[in-house]
Amino acid sequence: MAAPRVSIQHDDFDLAKECEQLRAGDDGVGAVCSFVGTVRGSGDVSAMELEHYPGMTEKAIEAMVDEANRRFDIRGVRVIHRIGELKPGDQIVMVAVTSAHRHESFEACEFLMDYLKTQAPFWKKEHTPQGAQWVDARSSDDEALKRWGIEARNG
Amino acid sequence: MKVSVKYFASIREAIGQSGELVQTQAATVGALRDELIVRGGAYAQSLARGKLVRVAVAQVMRDDTAALEEGCEVAFFPPVTGG
Repeated sequence: MAAPRVSIQHDDFDLAKECEQLRAGDDGVGAVCSFVGTVRGSGDVSAMELEHYPGMTEKAIEAMVDEANRRFDIRGVRVIHRIGELKPGDQIVMVAVTSAHRHESFEACEFLMDYLKTQAPFWKKEHTPQGAQWVDARSSDDEALKRWGIEARNG
Repeated sequence: MKVSVKYFASIREAIGQSGELVQTQAATVGALRDELIVRGGAYAQSLARGKLVRVAVAQVMRDDTAALEEGCEVAFFPPVTGG
């Protein structure tokens, strides 16, 4: 059975393994581009908690992957986003894209991350010795999506 | 009609529950939000006009003009911060 395109999970992921699976059996692949987001160790943040909207999250990311397939000549996409409690240095998210030539997978990978940042229902909460606080959305993420001709309406 | 309303993140914490069935006269998401604001307290504060609140109907991001249907799922949440 082929691996799913989108996974929301508590467990960590292995980028190399995911990339290998993504291109397995497809010798038309000439480029694999991937992005991994990690928990930044800023100030006295001891942990990060990730909440999401079960059901909608998967639908929203599947729709993004469909949109990436419409826009770019790509062959395969794999998106994994972790939820629950994470520590500084932990991996949060990965996007991997395969294509025949590098340009399309570079672009699709960035498009997917820009889209995910403002359109997938995840929320981060930072824990510090002073208490916990929800992370604010960044308007720069909205700007990033605008580059692709999409109005984000998030931050 | 009855709709299933869900709250997430800071809005869920403020209101003190993750969801409820709401009996409403509202035809749109915006009108439903106004009905909830009229309840006062944490509803009025966390859903206040001028606050950045995003909405989804049937698990798709929408705006205030989105129409409600009997039994539909409506969610209110703050701007998203994943990735």
